[in-house]
Amino acid sequence: MTDPDTARRFETLVLPHMNSAFNVARWLTHNDQDAQDVVQEAYLRAFRFFGGFRGEDARAWLLSIVRNTFYTWHQQNRGHAADTTEFEEDTHSLETSTANCAESPEAMLIRNQSQQRVHKALRCLRLEYREVIVLRELEELSYKEIADIVGIPMGTVMSRLGRGRQQLAALLAPTDQEA
Amino acid sequence: MDHEQAFELLPGYIDQELSLSESLEFERHLAGCEQCQQTYEQQRSVSTQLRQAGLRVEAPAELVKRIKGALPGRRSLWERLADRFGGGASGRSRGWAPVGAMAFSVIALTWSAGLYLSAPSDETRLTHELVDDHVRSLQFNHLSDVISTDRHTVKPWFDGKLDFAPPVVDLAQQGYPLVGGRLDYLNGRAVAVMVYRYKLHPINLYVWPGNDAGAPPPRIYEQQGYHLAHWSAAAMNYWAITDAGEAELNGFIANLLAHPAS
Repeated sequence: MTDPDTARRFETLVLPHMNSAFNVARWLTHNDQDAQDVVQEAYLRAFRFFGGFRGEDARAWLLSIVRNTFYTWHQQNRGHAADTTEFEEDTHSLETSTANCAESPEAMLIRNQSQQRVHKALRCLRLEYREVIVLRELEELSYKEIADIVGIPMGTVMSRLGRGRQQLAALLAPTDQEA
Repeated sequence: MDHEQAFELLPGYIDQELSLSESLEFERHLAGCEQCQQTYEQQRSVSTQLRQAGLRVEAPAELVKRIKGALPGRRSLWERLADRFGGGASGRSRGWAPVGAMAFSVIALTWSAGLYLSAPSDETRLTHELVDDHVRSLQFNHLSDVISTDRHTVKPWFDGKLDFAPPVVDLAQQGYPLVGGRLDYLNGRAVAVMVYRYKLHPINLYVWPGNDAGAPPPRIYEQQGYHLAHWSAAAMNYWAITDAGEAELNGFIANLLAHPAS
C-alpha cells in the first residue's frame, strides 16, 4: 500500500510545505498547540489520500486538506474554541471586538507597535475574510488556487479580499484611538 | 465600465489578477473616480502592511520532527542517523558532504558498538516496541480493526481472538471517547489494544494478563515525543501511549482507574 516510491514522492512534494500548512493553521486556530494538532492530522490525511493526488500543485492540495481538517476540528470544538468571537460586519464595533480577540503574549513581545497593530487587526478579522487574506497576502497564492482551496468562485475570492482589506483598513486607520 | 463594476474589480487590479483589457478599462475609470482612488490606496496600503508585518509563522521544529517520524520507515540508515545526531536540523537528510559522511560512519560504528555492548533491558526494548507499534498504528490507517464507540461492541469483538477478556471502559463523558479496538502482537504475545481519543490525539491502551509493573498511579515518561505510562491492576498489565500531553495522559489514566470495567 505504501511502496517506497510513494513515500519518497510524498517526502519530496508534500513535506516541504509544512511551514505554509502551519502558518495557515496557526492563523485559523489562533493557537499554537491547536495548529500543531491540525497540521499533524492534516498530514496523516494527506498521506492517506496521496494516491488521489494528480501532481499539479502540492501546496494548494495540502492547504485544502489543512483547511478541511481545521473546519472539522472547529465544529467539534465549537464553544471551547477561541474563535467563536468573530468580528462584526460593522467595523465601528471595534472596541468591543478587540477586547474579545486579545493578543497572545508571545506576539506582544516580539513585535514593534505598528506590526502589533497589524497582527491584532488580522487576528480580529472574521474567519471567512481572514482565511482568504492569509492565503493571498501571507502565502501569496493566486485567485485560482484560493478558489480551489476554499471551494468558492474566483469572483467571491476577489470580493472577500476586497471586504477583508476594507475592514482591516478601518481597524488600522491612523485616527484609531488605541494607536 | 461603470463605477460599480470597477469597484468590484478593484481587488483584482491590486493583485494583478485582471485580464489586460479589464485592467485598461479599470485604469480608465480609476483616473476619473475619487472614491475608487481612495479605496485603491487604502487596500494597497493594507496589503503592503500585511506583507511587511512579519506575520508568517514557521512550523515548530518538534512538529516537523514528529510528522517526519510518523512517515513510513522507508528511510535509509543514514537518514535515521542524521535525525538522531543531526540536532533536529531539518532538510539535512540528503546530500552529505563526504567529510560529514565519514564523521557519521565513525559515529555510527561507535553507536552500534555501544548498542552491542550494552544490550537494552527488557523494559527499554518493550518501550521501543510500543512506540514503534503506536506510530505504525497511525500510519496505515490501521488504528482500529473494530471501529465502535460502544464498549458492548468492542469487548465481544475480542472474544475468541484472545485467551483473556480485556476490560473495556467508555470514557466519552470524560472527554476520552473510545474509538475502537484492535489485536496486536507485542512482547511475544497477542495483546488487546483499546483505542481512545483526546481531541485529535489517539491514545493506544495495550492490555495483557500479568503483574509486571507496580500498582497505579504510574509514572509518565516520554520517548520520541510520545508520553507513556505503565502499570498493573487486577492481574492485567497496562501500557498507555499517546502524543497528547502529560497532563492529558494523566487525566486519561485517572479516569480509567476511576471507572469500573464492563
